[in-house]
Amino acid sequence: MSFGMSQFLGVFFEEAEEHLAALEHLLLTLDVEQPDAEALNGIFRAAHSIKGSSGMFGFDDLTAVTHVLETLLDKVRCGQIGVQAQMIDVLLESRDVLAQLLAAHKAERPDPEIPVQATVARLQALIDQQGGARAVVPEDDSFGFFDDAPGAPAATATATAVAPVEQAWGLFADEPAVAPTPTADSAFGFFDDAPGAPSTALAEQAYGLFPDAPGAPLANAPVHDRRSTDKRAAPAGTPTESESSSIRVSVERIDSLINQVGELVITQAMLAQLSAVLDPAEHERIYQALSQLEHNTRELQEAVMSIRMLPISFVFNRFPRLVRDACGKLGKQVELVLRGEHTELDKGVIEKLTDPLTHIVRNSIDHGIELPAERLAAGKPAMGTVRMSAFHQGGRIVVEISDDGKGLARERILAKAKEQGMPVSDEMPDSEVWQLIFMPGFSTAEAVTDLSGRGVGMDVVRRNITSIGGRIDISSVAGQGTHIAIRLPLTLAILDGMIVEVGRVHYVVPLTYIVESLQLKAEHIYSMSGSSSAVISVRNEYLPLLSLHRLLNLPGEPPAAVGSIVLILEAEGNTFALQVDELVGQQQVVIKSLEQNFRRVEGITGATIMGDGSVALILDVDALPRLAGQGAPSHA
Amino acid sequence: MHEHREQPQGSEPTQEFLTFTLGHEEYAIDILRVQEIRGYDQVTAIANSPAFIKGVINLRGAIVPIVDLRIKFNLATVTYDPFTVVIILNVMKRIVGVVVDSVSDVIALAHAAIKPAPEFGSSFNTEYLMGLATIEERMLILVDIERLMSSGEMALLNEASEQ
Repeated sequence: MSFGMSQFLGVFFEEAEEHLAALEHLLLTLDVEQPDAEALNGIFRAAHSIKGSSGMFGFDDLTAVTHVLETLLDKVRCGQIGVQAQMIDVLLESRDVLAQLLAAHKAERPDPEIPVQATVARLQALIDQQGGARAVVPEDDSFGFFDDAPGAPAATATATAVAPVEQAWGLFADEPAVAPTPTADSAFGFFDDAPGAPSTALAEQAYGLFPDAPGAPLANAPVHDRRSTDKRAAPAGTPTESESSSIRVSVERIDSLINQVGELVITQAMLAQLSAVLDPAEHERIYQALSQLEHNTRELQEAVMSIRMLPISFVFNRFPRLVRDACGKLGKQVELVLRGEHTELDKGVIEKLTDPLTHIVRNSIDHGIELPAERLAAGKPAMGTVRMSAFHQGGRIVVEISDDGKGLARERILAKAKEQGMPVSDEMPDSEVWQLIFMPGFSTAEAVTDLSGRGVGMDVVRRNITSIGGRIDISSVAGQGTHIAIRLPLTLAILDGMIVEVGRVHYVVPLTYIVESLQLKAEHIYSMSGSSSAVISVRNEYLPLLSLHRLLNLPGEPPAAVGSIVLILEAEGNTFALQVDELVGQQQVVIKSLEQNFRRVEGITGATIMGDGSVALILDVDALPRLAGQGAPSHA
Repeated sequence: MHEHREQPQGSEPTQEFLTFTLGHEEYAIDILRVQEIRGYDQVTAIANSPAFIKGVINLRGAIVPIVDLRIKFNLATVTYDPFTVVIILNVMKRIVGVVVDSVSDVIALAHAAIKPAPEFGSSFNTEYLMGLATIEERMLILVDIERLMSSGEMALLNEASEQ
């Protein structure tokens, strides 16, 4: 896309994706028996909007599909064609094709495999079936922008929807035509009237942007000034409901705003620290002003953070479709119940949540919910239920996915674990058995299915969740179902941390990993083969004792273990004790990247700026046991 | 010193350099790579890093690594006092601070005045040198600071993390 169009491309893709999402949502909720007129209008508008703007960018394959789609929907909307269940299927499939086409254009990698023609043909068949052979194009919304411009040949739309005509679909007529789809019926291009255009016969209508470009350089000249008008013309024609109440802002701008507010919070903390030495009686007004500043900065921070917040419905909305498709494939009946879709989460968290949730829901349907006959035999209703809910709990977001299927098979998991040589025993408590499914390469599916069961699943799910500072817990009752709870931080930019001191330097331990902290007594400690590795016993559990002092290779001897403070940490299924010099306190910290100007450091996930302006490093708790394993020989 | 800032006679293209000293040698780096010069502040040490990486500082909200070139090039006296200077560089789209003995001047050099560097006993590997120049009988070593800072031995980038 030359001519500066590219800057609008990003907006086009975003909008088109939104329209597709709306289209899907409306289709899925549409009552086939008594279609709501407003919903039908909404579906039509979505298709229409995509067509309008894709035409502008010369994405002819998109335009071709949306055009027939729009024609069909218009007839449905006007009551000329009745809605049937089978039509919804075709419409959903067309939506998917559109999504594929969009993705291909976005990646600038056209994919000839995408069944454009087949889709167009199927849609056309629906029109022909009921609406008669001639599809009348709603001519009022001329999507060719200038076919009424002075000098335009009377090429507009003689609406022969089925006529396979030789059109130029590419940007320029001499390019190899991209996927010639034989259904067009009117001028899609903008400049079929450009000076020098060949007189437009019905058979070779101008679909390209500049059908006359090759060998007609003069055509380019008028193009530039006209384009400036059609850029504006296009969005104006698309009905966007919330146009006036929202603006599109790039994420970078918001992030820079968040960063700056973070700085402000730090500065405010510095001021508070500096003023602490003043006599409150003498400097009452300074104290008042500072407390007001604190109040204001907190509010500002919250307000800015909320800009990045999106309702979790952004993820949830894809599931009705997923469940519908999965059920169709597997012959199961599943009702999806969504709760708390308005719970807000950071955009970054939402994006990283999509894949794990998809996987979990697929697993639930594939392995959890039984076939209707099986369910009836077990005394359950034939229709299974998958519930997804999201809610706040103690400053975190909890997303729960539960099903009323057959539950996890304890015996099979144990057998599989033994087969893979994992250290398991038959007496293990359920909670530990369930944890096994998060191990890499673990799948108990009897057969690999299209949907799940390739064994690249739950370990990735857990890794994704922990990478965004979340935790995943699973519980299951045989015959009654499985319940998965994911606990997530509200945002990725802020972390609840415990500040610990080691060798006079502050480190931050993310609170999510901390089980408890305690002061070691002599009877807790069991020394093992030399002083460098010790084991402590807490409530009959033996835990390895790691010294943060040693892990970080700090100079000097680490303080004695007896009487020292340890944190009991749980990471990736390992529980261990971490010895630190002192606990400083609990604090919310703003996460800063260490890699932006430096590199990745083993054992450190990032950095933060403390109230006094100094830098404190955030520990990568997951990596600490590994680090201890590497460091051991050098201390032996 | 100031006469060096004037454009040399003729229309020869010139480039400005910041000069600093490390031990007994005088070095120069492209001024366009220099963001600012500041005093040495408290740094937060990073575990398991080479000794010449002093740690990171908070530079107006950015976490910036500090490299002590004096340690990197084995200079005998390494002290940190109120006169210790940190040059904040903008290289590889990153911000990096380097500690040097002292910052001297900004000079303009014509391209013709820059002579290729022979293989010699400098602390720097010749690979990172742009050349040599002479200023008032003193030899200036022109360093390609971007290349030096992005090299594996500086251990500032992820690729080099295995050291």
